[in-house]
Amino acid sequence: MAAEEDLSRSFAMTTRLDAIVAWGRKNSLWPLPYGTACCGIELMSVMGPRYDLARFGAEVVRFSPRQSDLLLIAGTITEKMAPVLVRIYRQMLEPKYVISMGACASSGGFYRAYHVLQGADRVVPVDVYVPGCPPTPEAVLDGVMALQRMIGTHQPRPWRDNWKAPTYE
Amino acid sequence: MSNRQSILENLKQDLGQKFSLEHFEFSTMFGDDIVVVKEKDDIVPLLAHFRKTDRFDFLMDICGAHYPDRQKPLEVVYHFFSSKDFSRLRVKVPLNEGEQMDSVTSIWKGADWFEREAYDMFGVIFRGHPNLRRILTHHQFVGHPLRKDYEADHQQHCTQTLPIHFNNEPGQPGDVLDDRFVPINIGPSHPAMHGTLRIMAELDGETIVRANTEIGYLHRCFEKMAETHPYNQVIPYTDRLNYCSAPMNNIGYCKAVEKVLGVEIPPRAQAMRVILAELSRIIDHVIAVGTGGVDLGALTAFFYLFTYREKVYTLFEKLCGARLTVSMTRVGGMAQDAPEGWFDDVMAFCKEMSAGVDEISKLMLDNKIFIKRTQGVAPVKPADAIQWGYTGPMLRATGIGLDLRKAQPYYGYDGLNFDIPVGTSGDIYDRYQVRVEEMRQSIRIVEQVCRNVPDGDYTIRDKGIVLPEKKDVYGNIEGLMNHFMLIIKGLRPPVGETYDATEAANGELGFYLVSDGSANPYRLKVRPPCFAIYQSFPTIIKGWQVADAVATIASMNLIAGELDR
Repeated sequence: MAAEEDLSRSFAMTTRLDAIVAWGRKNSLWPLPYGTACCGIELMSVMGPRYDLARFGAEVVRFSPRQSDLLLIAGTITEKMAPVLVRIYRQMLEPKYVISMGACASSGGFYRAYHVLQGADRVVPVDVYVPGCPPTPEAVLDGVMALQRMIGTHQPRPWRDNWKAPTYE
Repeated sequence: MSNRQSILENLKQDLGQKFSLEHFEFSTMFGDDIVVVKEKDDIVPLLAHFRKTDRFDFLMDICGAHYPDRQKPLEVVYHFFSSKDFSRLRVKVPLNEGEQMDSVTSIWKGADWFEREAYDMFGVIFRGHPNLRRILTHHQFVGHPLRKDYEADHQQHCTQTLPIHFNNEPGQPGDVLDDRFVPINIGPSHPAMHGTLRIMAELDGETIVRANTEIGYLHRCFEKMAETHPYNQVIPYTDRLNYCSAPMNNIGYCKAVEKVLGVEIPPRAQAMRVILAELSRIIDHVIAVGTGGVDLGALTAFFYLFTYREKVYTLFEKLCGARLTVSMTRVGGMAQDAPEGWFDDVMAFCKEMSAGVDEISKLMLDNKIFIKRTQGVAPVKPADAIQWGYTGPMLRATGIGLDLRKAQPYYGYDGLNFDIPVGTSGDIYDRYQVRVEEMRQSIRIVEQVCRNVPDGDYTIRDKGIVLPEKKDVYGNIEGLMNHFMLIIKGLRPPVGETYDATEAANGELGFYLVSDGSANPYRLKVRPPCFAIYQSFPTIIKGWQVADAVATIASMNLIAGELDR
């Protein structure tokens, strides 16, 4: 019977529950493509045939925040848009992640202007910032992989834990 | 010159019969005809006269301007265009602080949003405007940002979204909802709203009783940014107007600046610009048709079409290193020459794309579901299209063959062989048909230009306009000094103003540029084609169903970047 107990030769494997959950989560991120501007067009390329985000398990695009766990902010967030973004983020179910794609979403970019929010992280907690104006699709894929590593290693996210919703709404 | 003078002379004679000519001041600047109206009460009769006599059938643009040092600090500027003799006219009305203008919405429906924008940006009150609310900035915004005393980086936070509201109509204020109907809000975050559009509607069953749109969710202050940056540094901002066809905005802007400077770019630069513009037109229409398909449920078509966009991106990447926002033009020409073999690559792409367009046509235009969803839906009559200020494929779908590449040829378009496709009924199907056919024509143009690209320089070599090449900057003292002086002093066009328009993928893309002789533009107003088009949406969608509204929005190809600027 000893041979039957040799797990390496059977179809079973051992792991910790949180590890397998993280593995599942990181490989099936369902993004909400919050494409507002130029980056949104480049995000289409990321989803499109050449770069194909599906290779990373994140092709199931959901425009409903309740069905998605990755908010992909692609484009400038204006002051007018900020309350909408917060509402979308709050409607998402836990666990949820945010990637800010491009200079505008990360910091306002070169729009140091009266109607542009100087970075989406002023209103929602951002996990990964992808630089570029707009970032190349490779850079976005890199950002998604960085997030996958974070999920896989259970990296602490104090910015998320200490996040307080802006006082309005 | 003589022809132009006769336009003003004719106008003088024409107006002299009806108005007192002392109220007007006629002038010409950089080839533009300008009339300054000294009595602001003359504006409504004047415009009514233009419209009645059909002297100018298009009211292309209305915008404000702020000159704090002048006795009358505010100015409202109207741009007219005639589709008969392709003449243009600019009418300017100086205003005192606090003075009110008469709204011209009763004469040109298309004045609606332009007047709202002038109110929002400059605080000009338009008497008789049905719905004078802020349009681009958020509803809690205080002040008027394009006034010179408003700091460019003074942000004001928005803490709440605007509830559903409608345009005011006689006897029916827009904020009061009718409880017989179901109010519905779509956007700004909704797959059919392409990012930042928002529509609100009241429904009777599935039928739209009234509708309204809210824009400004991507108002990135392009015009204020242009005022705070030197001329060449504005070019990257123009990329991000219509980001689906970024090079076209570069070209439109540089062409306007070059007009003020009075320079003509070399033939090679012209050829490169034409190629870039037509490639952009193709990929812009690819997006329009592709996302239009997605909105109607055809997701496969989108993936399929994007292959062609990627091919053009590859060409752009080879040309300058960037994929989407290329910033390839400079005032005076191009940033650099095309790499070796690039034109051959473009030719090879044209061959692929020709086959591709046929496939797109089969995939979409011959598709039974597509036809049922689009044919005969929400048609626009030609007269209405002109009233609203439609240009581009939307106008041509109604049967009016107006295209600036033919009407006011630039960059050698008059020597090229191509056709202007027009529709017949102005419905959604015709809009797509026009776009698909325009792709074919663009391929024809690119092939013709590529076959014999002129030799020579890719930019002018005026030391006061164009930076020297890097090898000169690092290699000799003259180049270094030239570089230093131009960076420090900046490119300084003469004092004056101009309006220059090019045919972009969505229609007439106009730049109204005021120069005060300094290194930054004093005022740069963009006339975005979809701004005029989108304002007609609540009217043309009335009586149609919600699903038709989605199809209509997609067919307008609204690009938020240029809509909200």
